[in-house]
Amino acid sequence: MPEADTKFDAIVVGAGPAGSAAALALARAGRSVLLLERGVFPGAKNVYGGVIYGRVLDEVVPRWWEQVPVQRWVVRRATMVLTGTQALTVDFRSEAWGAAPYNGMTAYRADFDRWLAGKAVEAGAQLVTSTVATELLRDQRGRVVGVRVDRPGGDLRARVVIACDGVNSLLARQAGIVPRADVAHHVLGVKEVLRLPRDVIDERFGLRSNEGMNIEILGGTAGIAGGGFLHTNIDTVTLGVVLSLQELAAAAKRPEAIIAELKAHPAIAPYLRGATVEEYSAHLIPEGGYDAMPVLHHDGLLLAGDAAGMTLAAGIWLEGVNFAIGAGLAAGGAAARAIEAGDTSARGLAGYRKDLEASFVLADHQRLRHAPALVLSRRLQTVYPSFINDFVERMFTVTNPVPKPGLVRLLLDVARRHGVRLHELVTDALRAARVYR
Amino acid sequence: MGTVDFRVGERAHISLDSSICMGCSLQSCVTACPAGLFVRTSDGGILFNYEQCFECGTCYMICNAEGAITWTYPDGGHGVVFHRG
Repeated sequence: MPEADTKFDAIVVGAGPAGSAAALALARAGRSVLLLERGVFPGAKNVYGGVIYGRVLDEVVPRWWEQVPVQRWVVRRATMVLTGTQALTVDFRSEAWGAAPYNGMTAYRADFDRWLAGKAVEAGAQLVTSTVATELLRDQRGRVVGVRVDRPGGDLRARVVIACDGVNSLLARQAGIVPRADVAHHVLGVKEVLRLPRDVIDERFGLRSNEGMNIEILGGTAGIAGGGFLHTNIDTVTLGVVLSLQELAAAAKRPEAIIAELKAHPAIAPYLRGATVEEYSAHLIPEGGYDAMPVLHHDGLLLAGDAAGMTLAAGIWLEGVNFAIGAGLAAGGAAARAIEAGDTSARGLAGYRKDLEASFVLADHQRLRHAPALVLSRRLQTVYPSFINDFVERMFTVTNPVPKPGLVRLLLDVARRHGVRLHELVTDALRAARVYR
Repeated sequence: MGTVDFRVGERAHISLDSSICMGCSLQSCVTACPAGLFVRTSDGGILFNYEQCFECGTCYMICNAEGAITWTYPDGGHGVVFHRG
């Protein structure tokens, strides 16, 4: 493609966290960058379920916490293990997380993504919303040289295209970079945002002013592998579930019915009493982790964020927005260097991969590559929640005048009743130790 | 789905090949779609309403029949608008 026809140095597809971060990095490097968004505003198509960890934003804006559109700062983080009638909760809170520089926040993606895209625009990126990039443009040698958009005269050219077009990335699918459908490595997230008065939320969750709580839930998904989450916003709470697509399909259960069951759970219902549904939403989540990621750099093309399967679903750590931002910054930086060097081939863009490996994005994913399979494994999902709840229930049930059992004997007895063999417990403990080493 | 904002476009962004759906014994899309947009018809096929689609992708991911579902995004600026996503 002749040099003169190149309209932009880079086109970034998708103004989610990855895309806006990529566009920001390119613009700051002095490159012309077009940021395309198919929604009416950045964030209009996006859904998350838990906490946004903002540390990576230190690279974007100094003292970002003074301007980010936060709902609440998460100071209280709990993990709840549910059966139909029981709940075991591990609940941690810290004053440190309620003050700058903070740890995690809840936010609405319509606010957060718009704010981050605004940072890219301030740096000089050109944002165009309500526009779908429908396909990649290639030259005769197959190198990506732009995108086609669903607007008149819609062939846009650039030296580098960065596909940040989300979990269903049409661009990566068309290019054959990711499988057409990869049901084993995606889960469905559905959630309800429920309105409650602010002071009621503060009282029920034990919070003051802008403090927030996030509860992650194991069990409570009707026997379908996955989990749940409940977190606080200013004057709403968000309750959702994530569900294995394969098991959801096989169970022939409706996602909204599973949410309804969780809402009615005795450990959850008291938090939600009197709440009214403000919005219901659904989104896929790529949970395959490191081993399911596609090749990230190609001739004239980089992939970042959910389009590259970068959500970290490691059970005790559930993160995504921060990974998208980290990857976007790296992609934008690598693209800017490749443009500067005049080589935007896959080899010229390979710095992206190296930068990701040196940062948390691929370092965490590589280390935790076996976590997604462990988290969704049969015993952890369906046997252990009831096993541990029954153990705790019997431990704390006073059986006078019958003397208390020894705890080891009790553990073995409960294990036997749940069909858990000792060697399985040991095997799983060792497996977990290896996964999280 | 009265609690979700949609800007419905004129083009159906998802289409079904009903002849394939009729031969599908699972029809998992009918229950799995979080918006409940797939409906069984009396002749054993499936009818799809695109208007209140979340654009999540569940249907094409779980569909085990190659070519049954053609899945694209709505035209720019159309489709679901999440305000509390």
